[in-house]
Amino acid sequence: MKKTPALEFHDLTVAYDIKPVLWDVDLSIPEGQLVAIVGPNGAGKSTLLKAALNLAPLSSGFVRVYGAPYPEMRKRVAYVPQRESVDWDFPASVLDVVLMGRYGKRGWFQRTNAADRTRALDCLGKVGMLEFADRQISRLSGGQQQRTFLARALAQDADLYLMDEPFAGVDVVTERAILTLLRELRDTGKTVVCVHHDLQTVGEYFDWVVLLNMRLVAAGPIAEVFNTDKLQATYGGHLSILERAATRLLKDRRGRARDAR
Amino acid sequence: MVAAMDFTLFNVVLGSALLGLVAGALGSFAFLNRQSLLGDALAHAALPGVCLAFLLGIALDIPPKQPLLLLGGALLTAWIGTLAILAITRTTRLKQDAALGIVLSVFFGAGIVLLTAIQHNVGAQQSGLDSFLFGQAASLLPSDVWVIGILGGIVLTVLGYFFQTFRIVVFDPACAATLGLPVRRYEILLTTLIVVAVVVGLQTVGVVLMAAMLVTPAAAARQWTDRLGHMVMLAGALGAVAGATGAWASSLEARLPTGPLIVLAATALMLFSLLMSPRRGLFWAAMRRAANRRRIAVENLLKDLWRLGERDGRFASPRAVSDVMAVRAASMSALGQAQSSGLVRRNGTLVQLSERGLQHAARIVRNHRIWELYLSRRLDLADDHLHRDAEDMEHALDDDVIEQIDEALGRPGTDPHGRPIPRGVPGSTVEAAL
Repeated sequence: MKKTPALEFHDLTVAYDIKPVLWDVDLSIPEGQLVAIVGPNGAGKSTLLKAALNLAPLSSGFVRVYGAPYPEMRKRVAYVPQRESVDWDFPASVLDVVLMGRYGKRGWFQRTNAADRTRALDCLGKVGMLEFADRQISRLSGGQQQRTFLARALAQDADLYLMDEPFAGVDVVTERAILTLLRELRDTGKTVVCVHHDLQTVGEYFDWVVLLNMRLVAAGPIAEVFNTDKLQATYGGHLSILERAATRLLKDRRGRARDAR
Repeated sequence: MVAAMDFTLFNVVLGSALLGLVAGALGSFAFLNRQSLLGDALAHAALPGVCLAFLLGIALDIPPKQPLLLLGGALLTAWIGTLAILAITRTTRLKQDAALGIVLSVFFGAGIVLLTAIQHNVGAQQSGLDSFLFGQAASLLPSDVWVIGILGGIVLTVLGYFFQTFRIVVFDPACAATLGLPVRRYEILLTTLIVVAVVVGLQTVGVVLMAAMLVTPAAAARQWTDRLGHMVMLAGALGAVAGATGAWASSLEARLPTGPLIVLAATALMLFSLLMSPRRGLFWAAMRRAANRRRIAVENLLKDLWRLGERDGRFASPRAVSDVMAVRAASMSALGQAQSSGLVRRNGTLVQLSERGLQHAARIVRNHRIWELYLSRRLDLADDHLHRDAEDMEHALDDDVIEQIDEALGRPGTDPHGRPIPRGVPGSTVEAAL
């Protein structure tokens, strides 16, 4: 019997007002993979995540999370929105934000308790932000903001993590730390789906890729799908980016072959 | 007689303070949710409700100035105003600000028409409704204060109960929704609480200025704290202080409207906060900038003395003050500052770097030249672009960074223009003190 996919989209169409953003997307993402959603600006990458989370209006089609409608599986899904989606001058500490991830764990009428605090601090430790727990969030760097959001998602103890550009605008150290963390999640059987903008690192960072440009162009393991033909189909004319990505891809493959030997 | 006056004043001050407390606490959320103008529109939208309730009271032959009757009317039209704003933004292409402006002016216009009609037919004296425009705390009866107290208590209880929930709904509604929160419903609840807070304050502060009671204490409180809980409590406290002060001040002169005085008191608190709060205060920021400018002027002076010394290799030689000043038109105050900090010694028209001044000057010149070299090697900037940038950076770079750059560059001897990069004070140059 085939394993239930972590996330499925069936015949999904999303339109804001009358402008369609995603058309007829049929996609099935297997469990335990580190997945990149890749495509040009306006391709509907973020919208795909939002559609999975009931945050975007579906014109047609449906979404299944571990085989069930999203509301039934809500507790198994954690979302990391784009860093710019919130006002970082909001009066809150890093710990306050991470604790938000614990809100859904019990009834809405109960406050977070000492156990939640411990778990939140634990998650801050995992992203290397423990010493910043009491820091006001407006005094964080971009990378620290991203790691705070990541810690909040970790605190949800989910199985499927949907992340909108977790690597955008972060420093090299943070990028490495985030990558390590995502791999750890994947290695413990979690599924991580990231909107990703940097073609050059797709091959190195991810196991699986979804190529999107309003329609689904291709989806599958990197080795099968992430090639120049498919990228060309996704991006159209942006050849210079593609060439660089392809060169990088070749280098990676040679590197991997060397590692294998 | 005196006791009776005191009781009335106490009543008025208490009512205004309660109102300030409720508006300040609720206002923190309105302020952070960028709904400051919503409060303004809602307050104006309440006016026709007050007038209609008054007319209803006359028609039903019950006392038309019953606080609950008037508040009920105000709540009703303020709510209709809220729905109108939502309807406009959802069904038309008009944006929120346009919707707020439309609702505010249309409802307020209707209210003024009704108010004028009532005053002509019933008589301004009897109606007393004009106090709803600018507020008349003196007209607060003990029963009004009870109403403010009870409604305010309910609002604050609900706010405290849902505090964590409101925090995430305001900070990150998308995340709140993914956690399973009915975000829309909590937003409506929060708006309802704001409507109640606005309506409660109408009689005291008036529709025209009620929005200020939501925003001003919140803006003031934000300056002092980075914790939402503290901010809400502080905004409530500041609102209460402003309410009590304004109400008391308006009792001094019978004709002074309360609303404007309360708002002025709140504004004074806000201005003080904007200027004097430790981390965000503009006054301290200006002080820091001025101190920084002074430091830069002194450091430039030291550098000029150093460079005069480079010409003849006698870094600590006394120089004519006029020669030093001629380099970049340095100010006498920078010279005075350097002197009082013990960085230079001065004797009449002669000035000389002290031991400490020499060290400091060497550091600044080193920073400047190392930074120029770094820019020139790493960023490939043209030579004539280097100086301006280094001129700023030399004062900002700390020793750790310079040390790292120095090491990365392989501890170079000269800058891109071929001038030596000083490392420490040349020992032989120390000369007799002035």
